[in-house]
Amino acid sequence: METTQAASVRYDMGVVRWFSIAAVVYLVVGTFLGVWIASELAWPFLNFDIAEITFGRLRPLHTNAVIFAFGGCTLMATGFYIVQRTGSTRLWSNNLAWFTFWGWNLIIVLAVITLPLGITQSKEYAELEWPIDILIAIVWLAFGLNYIMTIAIRKVSHIYVSNWFFMGMIIMITYLHVVNSLAIPVSLTQSYSIFSGVQDAMVQWWWGHNAVGFYLTAGFLGIMYYFVPKQANRPVFSYRLSVLHFWTLMFGYVWLGAHHLQYTALPDWTGSLGAAISLAMIIPSWGGAMNGMMTLSGAWDRLRTDYILRFLVVSLAFYAMSTFEGPVMSIKTVNALSHYTDWTVGHVHSGALGWVAMVSIGALYHLVKKLWNTEMYSDNLVNVHFWLSTIGTVVYVVAMWVSGIMQGLMWRDYDEYGTLTYTFVESVSAMHPYYAMRAIGGIIFNLGAWIMLYNVVMTVRKASAARATHAVPAKA
Amino acid sequence: MSDHDKIYSTRFQDKIERSTVLMFVMVAIVVAIGGIVEIVPLFYLDRTMTHLSPDVKGKVGSKEISPIVWQRQPGQSLDDWKPGDGVRPYKPLELAGRDVYVREGCYLCHSQMIRPFRDEKDRYGHYSVSSESMYDHPFQWGSKRTGPDLARVGGKYSDEWHRRHLKYPREVVPESVMPNYVFLDKSKVDARQIKKNMEAMRSMPFYPAPYTDADIASAKDAVEGKTELDAVVAYLQSLGNHIKFTEGVNYRD
Repeated sequence: METTQAASVRYDMGVVRWFSIAAVVYLVVGTFLGVWIASELAWPFLNFDIAEITFGRLRPLHTNAVIFAFGGCTLMATGFYIVQRTGSTRLWSNNLAWFTFWGWNLIIVLAVITLPLGITQSKEYAELEWPIDILIAIVWLAFGLNYIMTIAIRKVSHIYVSNWFFMGMIIMITYLHVVNSLAIPVSLTQSYSIFSGVQDAMVQWWWGHNAVGFYLTAGFLGIMYYFVPKQANRPVFSYRLSVLHFWTLMFGYVWLGAHHLQYTALPDWTGSLGAAISLAMIIPSWGGAMNGMMTLSGAWDRLRTDYILRFLVVSLAFYAMSTFEGPVMSIKTVNALSHYTDWTVGHVHSGALGWVAMVSIGALYHLVKKLWNTEMYSDNLVNVHFWLSTIGTVVYVVAMWVSGIMQGLMWRDYDEYGTLTYTFVESVSAMHPYYAMRAIGGIIFNLGAWIMLYNVVMTVRKASAARATHAVPAKA
Repeated sequence: MSDHDKIYSTRFQDKIERSTVLMFVMVAIVVAIGGIVEIVPLFYLDRTMTHLSPDVKGKVGSKEISPIVWQRQPGQSLDDWKPGDGVRPYKPLELAGRDVYVREGCYLCHSQMIRPFRDEKDRYGHYSVSSESMYDHPFQWGSKRTGPDLARVGGKYSDEWHRRHLKYPREVVPESVMPNYVFLDKSKVDARQIKKNMEAMRSMPFYPAPYTDADIASAKDAVEGKTELDAVVAYLQSLGNHIKFTEGVNYRD
């Protein structure tokens, strides 16, 4: 247990430590899987005719590993940390937090087993079969209950802004998971969605986009609103802006799923409504990004020496960029070109690598230092990691922009006789250099993750060794 | 502690920030609205489904509309259906093939949703309409075209082409990046499971598959001894030829 400057408060930090370490490990694993499947698209022999490692089976494992294993453990580590620190209180239930830790990791193990076996519901980012879905619901509710009850027993008058965002995530993900997973089981390993066709598509993308909007955005904005001010040692730039950011984001994000279904058999009104609100979302998103960036005003010089702060600032830049790109892509004329292409994949990764992973990495380095009450084993390696992450992300995203736009243009190109210029497979072979480039971008990013794992392990070992030799009485 | 009594925003916002319960309730309401407005009407607005839409019924102008959904006569089996008769539920082997399609994650690289653009019409065929996937639990529209759209692939290639292509794609299409699905030829369809799966499809709360008892009774024999490759080929060959589209009729809003 850790004691801090406010020496009177004790916190439950054991579970936060374990979630933090798990998050770093899953960052390595999840991005490695990404590199592997990216390489399969560039060099298909890598499928090796082994069913369990074909692209179609590993791609869901990659998305689940980065979103739910890495993202989930990061959210739970930072969430349990923030809710205690901002409320000056211990967790409502430390036991329930440990249940959450083991339950969540059991789910991850089950995903690693079932997805390569082809046990899937085929709903993107919600592939896990019904018994695991039930387990997810139980563990998620345990996390949510513990979180909200810890807010309820806080020792301060107001609920801090980070906790608003976490609460929004907890509630919305519960709605989404329950509705989108409704299915009729036919065996222990198979089920069919109760929805079909157009309704199923809308339910799925209501889930799909809000897995992004609430899990990967609201939750990580909660992280941003705590760790950016902490690391910069400055108060949040504008409280009013954060109120605006929060409520507009809560209200608006929910509508966006329909923009994934432009020009499909989904009725026009739904897609257009989704696109209209998507455009309006530039306001809260940029408001939030500004709020984070401006928090640094007066402390910009620290970017020269504070490598953790670099991660946080670059993450906000990517957040601003991808929340501009997203609304643009939801405009029907742009979507007509971008949909079904690699541009979407690039957009997702500028958000996932640039924003989510970067803000997480910054927060995790900050956490490791606080939780083990030490400096990093090597600040230089943090800096190396920063550059690998940034360069890897840029290489990845640029490759996908080029290939995506090229695909879109090739598919719709006509020659002077009024016939299609390119066969489909010509567009496939034109993608090869960009698929290779994307894999290289992924390798660079993954390399950074390995360095982080090494640095964190060495830091923890150093801290443990120091504690042993100095024989500081353990503050339980 | 005077700082804590100062209100920096509005009185209501301040009240919310001081109360866990109030914040919980407010958030729970605010985040529910968008989903309700966009999803619930899809279950009751007739124009959502092509076959229920008043704009696509009987005659449009002077043009006769072919049936959108198959009107099965008493005593007819699924094998009596002919392409163009309208949307029908999957035959047993096709359903088994669809399960394999889902299991292998084919939807991650192949869409089944043609958009109403000239190039997609030339490349893939008539744009998709909602009723065509009404028996698809879950939907397989996809979101990415690493490979081509498959919504109307049925009948475009021979069974033999599909078998070769699925087993070793690069033998047929050298530039393809699809994995070799040669292993599908080595495993048999689980014939014990098919009845249960069809019964589940028949008991769906939304758009249940209208299987007759006879359809389900004969299902086991239909898939017995077939390989998963046979099943996938049957499924692919069933895609996209259910409705006979009339030129010049607007099937969507």
